[in-house]
Amino acid sequence: MKSISEINEKIKKGKVVVITAEEAAGLVDKHGLKGAARKVDVVTTATFGPMCSSGIYFNTGHTKPRVKMGGGKACLNDVPCYTGLAAVDLFLGATAIPDQDPRNQVYPGEFKYGGGHVIEDLVGGKDLILDVQAYGTDCYPRKELKTQINIKDLNEAVLFNIRNCYQNYNVAVNASNKIIYTYMGVLQPRLGNANYCSAAALSPLLNDPLYKTIGVGTRIFLGGGIGYVSWWGTQHNPGVPRTKSGLPKCGAGTLALIGDLKKMSPRFLIGTSMLGYGASLSVGVGVPIPVLNEDVLRHACVRDEDIVAPVVDYSGDYPNGKFEPLAYVNYAQLKSGSIRIGGKDVPTGSLSSLRRAREIAEILKKWIQTKKFFLSQPVAQLPSVNSGYKVKPLKERPVE
Amino acid sequence: MISKAKIVLHFPKNLVAQPVVYHLVKDFDMQFSILKAEVNPDEEGLMVLELTGTKENYRKSLEYIKKAGLKVQPLSHDVSMDKTKCVDCTVCVPVCPTDALDKDPETFEVKFIKEQCIACGICLKVCPYGAMKIKF
Repeated sequence: MKSISEINEKIKKGKVVVITAEEAAGLVDKHGLKGAARKVDVVTTATFGPMCSSGIYFNTGHTKPRVKMGGGKACLNDVPCYTGLAAVDLFLGATAIPDQDPRNQVYPGEFKYGGGHVIEDLVGGKDLILDVQAYGTDCYPRKELKTQINIKDLNEAVLFNIRNCYQNYNVAVNASNKIIYTYMGVLQPRLGNANYCSAAALSPLLNDPLYKTIGVGTRIFLGGGIGYVSWWGTQHNPGVPRTKSGLPKCGAGTLALIGDLKKMSPRFLIGTSMLGYGASLSVGVGVPIPVLNEDVLRHACVRDEDIVAPVVDYSGDYPNGKFEPLAYVNYAQLKSGSIRIGGKDVPTGSLSSLRRAREIAEILKKWIQTKKFFLSQPVAQLPSVNSGYKVKPLKERPVE
Repeated sequence: MISKAKIVLHFPKNLVAQPVVYHLVKDFDMQFSILKAEVNPDEEGLMVLELTGTKENYRKSLEYIKKAGLKVQPLSHDVSMDKTKCVDCTVCVPVCPTDALDKDPETFEVKFIKEQCIACGICLKVCPYGAMKIKF
């Protein structure tokens, strides 16, 4: 048994032992669970992939004379921001696109530049054009503003991910006879390809499937800087079917994340364009798991072959809100490049980058080893398996 | 002298039913491999061929193709990968028809093997990061 403060003490003394989640299985094989749990203090986990529920909020500072953007219109590089806040506080979401973007009118739409790309450019230190139309008040008389802005001149710039780190996810296929364009990528007809999106054995919530160590207040690597778990993410759904060892068999828990955008890097925050679907943002996240006891390590030494994911038809079942998986496959099979569905070999591709996730897990490991990063004690737990907390569909009711 | 070249053939609607490749083999002793073919009845067709044969027969083959009414152009489209933009996600790998995009099974680095590329352009569409480029 170890406490987080004991682990932090070891970090301070330079005596901490940190491994990545991919290294954990091998170490447990070598030393046994008991021996490995004594040896190791922290397991680093990571993920890097597109997450549409990402955004930033920022404060531009006041102009002279003053302008009230709240309730008006504000665009960054033609991408509209949310203005329903105070005078110079703006929110920009990853999927926002310019008003003049043709969207899917020219099918499939290309979505070359959206909120995710603006965020990447802002983090990368590029000057952006802020264009504002306001209605003007006695105390905020100005009605128009067009200026260049730069992240270094903003008062606050904060990345806020209202959902990330999905604990497992669907494998997307297309059982129809025509090509389809989805948020899981371009899917070729007649099961031409199968796309998955998880770092699996390296993924944060698959290494702590019952949310024993990750909670509200957990300090993390976020977009190249430091962030925190601010809440559970939207659509958090802990009560799904699980394997004996507690691993969810489909998408389950999620995290909401927050952190200082000014300290982040465009290597780990990248705008993405999903053909025929929309713009998004790929976000790099690294979560440390403190090895408090053997039980924590037993979960953190998970292997790809132990994690199964449902294969879902995105041409029919998914759009109609049905969940009737064609098959279940494990991540060792998915990562091999080919899975077998109904007697057919289907080549696989991933949306989440394992290579970049590994880079993040190594960086976080180094930060901890070099005393740049200390672990935090969560201040509240995430709703877990027996909490009764679950995601609900929208119940439509007639409007009188 | 042996000639070897990749060419793109465009079949107008009325010529889709012509056994062009048969004549290339029978009349000019050409070896061929079909790199890509989209030839459907009543639609314009496209075929990417690698032709191998003597220099003289290669020249005669092109003459025959042009005479038959097909448009022919060398495969000169140049696809490249911008490694600064590629994040090695691997989403392009299963859709590449010629395995010109492949991942290292250990490092999961995505590699572009240019020699196998037939410039079909599908990777440009599926890459969410705009990492694949094509030059005409």
